Amino acid sequence: MRKIINPADLESFRQSCIKDMSREETWVAVCCGTGCSASGAHQVVSSFKEALQEKNIDGKITTRVTGCHGFCEQGPLVVVHPGNYLYCQVTPDDVEEIIEKTIIQKKAVERLQYTDPVSKEKVVVEDQVPFYYNQHRLLMRNSGIIDPTSIKDYLAISGYRALSMVLQEKSPLEVIEEIKASGLRGRGGAGFPTGLKWESCYNAPDNTRYVICNADEGDPGCFQDRSILEGNPHSVLEGMIIGAYAVSAEKGYIYVRNEYPLAVKNFSTALEQAREYGLLGENILGSGFSFDVKINRGGGAFVCGESSALIASIEGKAGEPRDKYIHATEKGLWDKPTVLNNVKTWASVPYIINNGADWYAQIGTEKSKGTMVFSLTGNVNNTGLVEVPMGITLRKLVFDIGGGIPEGKNIKAVQTGGPSGGCIPEKLLDLPLDYEKLTEAGSMMGSGGMIVMDESTCMVDVARYFLSFTQEESCGKCTPCREGGKQMLAILNNIMEGKGQENDLDMLEEIAQAMKEGSLCALGGMAPNPVLTTLKYFHQEYLDHIRDEKCPAKVCRNLIKYFINQEVCTGCGRCLKACPVDAVEGTKDEPHIIHQEKCTKCGACLEVCRYEAISVE
Amino acid sequence: MAVIFINDREFQTEEEVTLLELARQKGIEIPALCHHQALSPYGACRLCTVEVCKEDKSRLVTSCTYPVREEGISVYTDSPRVKQLRRVIVKLLLARCPQVKLIQDLAEEMGLEGSPFPLHDQEECILCGLCVRVCSEVIGKNAVSFSYRGAGRKVSTPFNEPSEECVGCTACAFVCPTGAIKVEDSDETRYMEFWNTKIPLRRCKECGITYTPENTPEYILGKLELPKNLLDLCEKCRRKAVAESLSNYDVTSRSVIIKK
Ligand SMILES: Cc1cc2nc3c(=O)[nH]c(=O)nc-3n(C[C@H](O)[C@H](O)[C@H](O)COP(=O)(O)O)c2cc1C
Ligand code: FES
Repeated sequence: MRKIINPADLESFRQSCIKDMSREETWVAVCCGTGCSASGAHQVVSSFKEALQEKNIDGKITTRVTGCHGFCEQGPLVVVHPGNYLYCQVTPDDVEEIIEKTIIQKKAVERLQYTDPVSKEKVVVEDQVPFYYNQHRLLMRNSGIIDPTSIKDYLAISGYRALSMVLQEKSPLEVIEEIKASGLRGRGGAGFPTGLKWESCYNAPDNTRYVICNADEGDPGCFQDRSILEGNPHSVLEGMIIGAYAVSAEKGYIYVRNEYPLAVKNFSTALEQAREYGLLGENILGSGFSFDVKINRGGGAFVCGESSALIASIEGKAGEPRDKYIHATEKGLWDKPTVLNNVKTWASVPYIINNGADWYAQIGTEKSKGTMVFSLTGNVNNTGLVEVPMGITLRKLVFDIGGGIPEGKNIKAVQTGGPSGGCIPEKLLDLPLDYEKLTEAGSMMGSGGMIVMDESTCMVDVARYFLSFTQEESCGKCTPCREGGKQMLAILNNIMEGKGQENDLDMLEEIAQAMKEGSLCALGGMAPNPVLTTLKYFHQEYLDHIRDEKCPAKVCRNLIKYFINQEVCTGCGRCLKACPVDAVEGTKDEPHIIHQEKCTKCGACLEVCRYEAISVE
Repeated sequence: MAVIFINDREFQTEEEVTLLELARQKGIEIPALCHHQALSPYGACRLCTVEVCKEDKSRLVTSCTYPVREEGISVYTDSPRVKQLRRVIVKLLLARCPQVKLIQDLAEEMGLEGSPFPLHDQEECILCGLCVRVCSEVIGKNAVSFSYRGAGRKVSTPFNEPSEECVGCTACAFVCPTGAIKVEDSDETRYMEFWNTKIPLRRCKECGITYTPENTPEYILGKLELPKNLLDLCEKCRRKAVAESLSNYDVTSRSVIIKK
């Protein structure tokens, strides 16, 4: 291990890293991101290593454990280089064949290739899969290529070049100008212009300043920050060092949730390596600038992701928000000027410095620049992490990248911005995804959560589901959020139980408005969004629940009834056996009936019926 | 110094004072439940919300936490937006604590008759956190704190066990605006049901009546730097000694009997 003492030294060392990386002619990238690991990617890695060793070619061919490739739906994913052969849902049993055919004979293993659901054709290389070619992978791309635990891999792909350039050629103010010109906005939710944030911290009169990386990522179903930290931790660190230089901070923190052990591990490794090589710590690259980063593990409360709560938590106090009329850039951590940015925001910085603000500003829309990583989940064929230019339409995202809705169902809405975002209806699918447009539609960019909902979704149920999440995660400090959320939830429950009244909707609006205007932090301020957007776009559905006591999507248990069609029922008795509460009655081979007073609407009968004799009304 | 307007009246003020402080100095009423001038601002009840306008922008802020910094802002303490928000807050609190006099009075002032919202509780605590803050900031103890989050938030001793920290000073009960914290002194003990805590009382060496919690005097003496011989004095002389030494303190509010 050697310390790199100056930029020239870095470049010559980089050359040796590039050589090392390109020496491996053939290599296998096995995605070990969150999704693929869960479906057995590590066993695939071991199988590769063993099989290559057996064949005595492990010296020539590397198996590289990489971060998330994004296409989690099809995991575990394996990509063989060169050639970029993509294999989906690989199991240890497939390894032998991949080695034999692809690595030795340079041919594809067809049965493991991705089949385009539309054209039904096999897709050979990664970039040709519609899921990938419609994306603009900037922050996520390298996660699939490098070994996140190897600083040499990162250096080989131009890592720390931006830092070296900044230290040599740019004054802090020039860095800030560059970030301002790029149009980068915070990726943690509010979309505040990053350059301006840095500038106000720079201008705050104090000698001690801090930078913080927000990796609390509490939105259910979101794992983009985690994936970047796991798959390319140095990119985040490099961004932080550049930011620290720009605002003259000597110390930084990264607040990572405790449930992310691999992210913590890989980021710790990155820190150690960067220190060893002289890219972090005292006198970085001989520039005279010193900076170090400490890891802070968060307890996992959603609200701790909020900036003032996060700062309180690092200070060792209760992780509760406080009013922010004085910004953290002036009085943040320990009352010192502080820049807090999201993982994706920090990770964007090296790309901007390397390629220039103009290049970055070309991507995206007028006011929302660059790319955004969404975690696409719900009723959509290709779930996973997708990175797209700002301004792409929801339709394109859901249909071209997401591959549309499973089982041929119709789309009903998309919830963007996590649990406190809003539901965007099908009719607005051509909405370009940028900060302003999403806010206008009553939703938000948030941290990039995206949940697709098909026609079988009840929108009242959806509103209640998200509100119950934010309600549980509320810290309970301020009245509107704590009491308001509780009452709204009770009103929604009443509606779903058929006890709704028409003025309930006015009451929901009234409380929602008070929460938006009066809450202490954005948790309470945004929590009503799912309710307000569903009220706005699916008003009739609420009225159906209230006036007709009907749930059109047939979801709300108290508003539906199960019936057995006497003409169709063969009296096979399957439903009778399946019913957990003995609500089904009938003699063998005679049509059965359901006793409504006993029925709990669990749906077990419907599931087991082979003759489609059971209907829900 | 900055010049700002409150309800269209012009005021000159130091910077960094909060809008609530300024308004109160000038005799302008703003309702507030979680604020106490001896304690750090907290911003939890949101009742003290006012509307701040600058040029054509306007926003709602809580006056207890909003520092005056910007020259020329116009503050409205009773605009329709403010009133509407306060109404909802009071309705929410009324649903939580229908029996609490303070909240009933606020509701009555607004012409509200009961809360229209579906859930009704019988809480006495509005979670203003004054007790928690007085205990830690003024008394220097952390006998009570918040527990649970969201709708389940409570103030309690750790795990709701009898407190070992509590010195029985009852500052919490004194600042509690709803009377939720009740103190019962019996012959032997001081009992605070709200905190599930009993503190033994000390007996007068002369006549044998109990007069103060066991550990309070020493602790408070330490905090106040009162004369060391205080406990040797009779009640009358003791009062005189306390008054003399307290006169050295800048006691701005009736409630501040102890200064950090
Ligand atoms: C309830 C709540 C939770 C939040 N959680 C996160 C989070 O997990 N990660 C994050 O980066 N920002 C989160 N934020 C936003 C932060 O408060 C803050 O705006 C952000 O970290 C700033 O970084 P940026 O400018 O790079 O977006 C949250 C906000 C709220 C109100
Ligand atoms: S007094 Fe200002 S929020 Fe309670």
